Amino acid sequence: MRLPGARIVLECLKREGVDIIFGLPGGAVLPIYDALYDFQGLRHILVRQEAAAGHAAEGYARATGKVGVCLVTSGPACTNLVTALQDAMMDSIPIVAFTGQVPTHLIGNDAFQEADNVGITRSATKHNFLVKDGKDLGPIIREAFHIAQTGRPGPVHVDLPKDILVKEAELIWPDKVTMRSYNPNYEGHAGQIKRAARSMVRAGKPVLYVGGGVISSNAHAELRELAELTEIPVTTTLMGLGAFPSEHPLSIEMLGMHGTYYANMAVHHSDVLIAVGARFDDRVTGRVDAFAPHAEIIHIDIDPSSISKNIKVDVPIVGDCRRVLRALVEAVREEMKTAGDGREGRRPWHAQIAEWKKTQPLRYDWDDDVIKPQYVIQEISNLTRGEAMIVTGVGQHQMWAAQYYKFKHPRAWFTSGGLGTMGYGLPTAMGVQAAHPNKQVINIDGDGSFQMNSQEMATCFVEKLPVKTVIINNSGHGMVRQWQRIIYKERYCAIDLPGIPDWVKLAEAYGCVGLRVTKPSEVVPALEKMLSTPAPVILDVCVDKDECVFPMVPAGGANTDMILTPPTREVRDRAEKSQTGF
Amino acid sequence: MSGPPARTMTANGSEPRKHTISVLVENKFGVLSRVAGLFSARGYNIESLSVGETLDPTVSRMTLVVSGDEFVIEQVTKQLHKLIDVIKVNDLTDESHVERELMLIRVNAEPQHREEILRTADIFRAKVVDVTQVSFVLEATGDEGKLEALIELLRPMGIQEIVRTGKVAIARGPKTRPRKAEPAKRPRVSEDPRVVGFAD
Repeated sequence: MRLPGARIVLECLKREGVDIIFGLPGGAVLPIYDALYDFQGLRHILVRQEAAAGHAAEGYARATGKVGVCLVTSGPACTNLVTALQDAMMDSIPIVAFTGQVPTHLIGNDAFQEADNVGITRSATKHNFLVKDGKDLGPIIREAFHIAQTGRPGPVHVDLPKDILVKEAELIWPDKVTMRSYNPNYEGHAGQIKRAARSMVRAGKPVLYVGGGVISSNAHAELRELAELTEIPVTTTLMGLGAFPSEHPLSIEMLGMHGTYYANMAVHHSDVLIAVGARFDDRVTGRVDAFAPHAEIIHIDIDPSSISKNIKVDVPIVGDCRRVLRALVEAVREEMKTAGDGREGRRPWHAQIAEWKKTQPLRYDWDDDVIKPQYVIQEISNLTRGEAMIVTGVGQHQMWAAQYYKFKHPRAWFTSGGLGTMGYGLPTAMGVQAAHPNKQVINIDGDGSFQMNSQEMATCFVEKLPVKTVIINNSGHGMVRQWQRIIYKERYCAIDLPGIPDWVKLAEAYGCVGLRVTKPSEVVPALEKMLSTPAPVILDVCVDKDECVFPMVPAGGANTDMILTPPTREVRDRAEKSQTGF
Repeated sequence: MSGPPARTMTANGSEPRKHTISVLVENKFGVLSRVAGLFSARGYNIESLSVGETLDPTVSRMTLVVSGDEFVIEQVTKQLHKLIDVIKVNDLTDESHVERELMLIRVNAEPQHREEILRTADIFRAKVVDVTQVSFVLEATGDEGKLEALIELLRPMGIQEIVRTGKVAIARGPKTRPRKAEPAKRPRVSEDPRVVGFAD
């Protein structure tokens, strides 16, 4: 079948099962938009800035487990998109991004809106393609989707020169993708799994350390089975929140820089640490030579290069988390037949963790006059009973949301973990809402972070995406302020955002509903009103600007160097000492 | 006071040394920049790189010389393999292999030195490929040690220019002939616990 290239692109998307594209048109991709005019079965959501198209595709992908798709033009559109690509790269999110390119005969001529798109996105993607011949469109798009969603998922970029989109070519659609150079390993090594099972059953102080890999491989049920079978406590990374219910008796919640005291203590004192789909990020480990110093480390990951990258691993298992966990459950059952279930021996460990939980729970000081940000998150958690889709920006609000929201389900938490992209919240929430029109999608954002993509309120209004945004408004870049307060001796610099803009007025200008609260007593009624409004809402919550995120491990410090209370001179001195040049 | 056992990758003892890594890649445009980009993005040092087609024209062979300790090299090979266009990565350093490099060297050839240069070239089995009144161009192949030695011997005459190809390497053949009846059986890499995830 001979079709114009643009039409081939759309046909291929349809065959890949794509139903929504997030995009923004421009010169080089006009042929695709022309083909879209009367093409059935694809919803196009027009964003207001290209990075938002990428983030929305990420939100869609994370919410559904399918590949998210975005489409933007050449040059500046592609460079705007790079942030979203790198974000998806760091967090292993499967998206396919299409960009326009100047016609092939002009490539390299410094043409209008030309950039070396594939050169620029090379290190920000899992793989990228420049299509040079119309007949390659089908096979390349097929490979792009295959690469994005198999192995360790990630972003794939396809660059489409305008003449390729215009010229007719044969639509070639391979039944199956076979690549001699790319064959991810899914099954874990049986001997290593057995070794892991042996260690787990015999461990006295084991901890399961769970990351986003469990969510992307849909392994939450297997994880829960393994945890309950062995009664091993579970801590999750920021990306792993939702992989294991926060309120499960075995949950010790998040670990790392702003993790709970008990999670960090448990990991530090563990004798066997089972890392599942996590990558020993520096925000998790703190100082690496002091991370889990007594533990035998078992690491399950789909990506061989994650293993022994930051931390030396004793039992590496390369494979898909779900399949490996399933095999591990079997191996543990087998092992228990001869070695016993080992639960009795772990009683003191559970008692110790319970003691840590009791002495150092997550806490903040209540104030009758000023709203505490943690309280807002708690009330959101209560009112939605942990059932909402929670999206965040990056900063203090993100950490409070991670700490105080009680997660029940996987694929209900969307945050920029690896790259820490401020402005991630609203566009990602749009993608989640587009994927799940009937779910409550709440974007918990900061006033600094929200500003970076606030233009997307327009998209929410026009495309009828009733995203609810709660701005934890502390009139400044709170996380930077916290670091300057604790580590830089209160020399505050370039952090004030003094109440500009007026979020309520801005929301209204974009056709959204704007609300504001300034007193603790108003929080619940306002949240209820927000949740019952069938339109996009911006709820501006003016909170205590001095509140800090605790616990906090200063960058470069060991996880046991947690700061638990607001800074005193003594705490500040300690923070300074463990500061090693970040 | 003895601290906890070191978990950091570099503190773990092994000395940095040169590794020769042979990489089979798809013969497509952009592959070289993917490989080169990987090295610059991750801060690895690349000492030499040579690329050429193989028996199969759709496949190219890259020979890389990289220096680093055992953990750096492990990451290098894993990261190389993570590139979609990379088919196979093989660290030849500790395997029996042959390494060669080709060098063209233009050296001053004053009358009083001409004899000696030719003698030296002869000893090193280098060919004279260009002669003028005042200079010779020699072509020499060999491993790094041999070429360095040749350079040192010619240095007193005055070397004008050196062009080197970078190293290429090939594994030596098996010592015994494989029995005919047995098809060459490659163990699935995924079954080998020492190897983590090479596509087979």
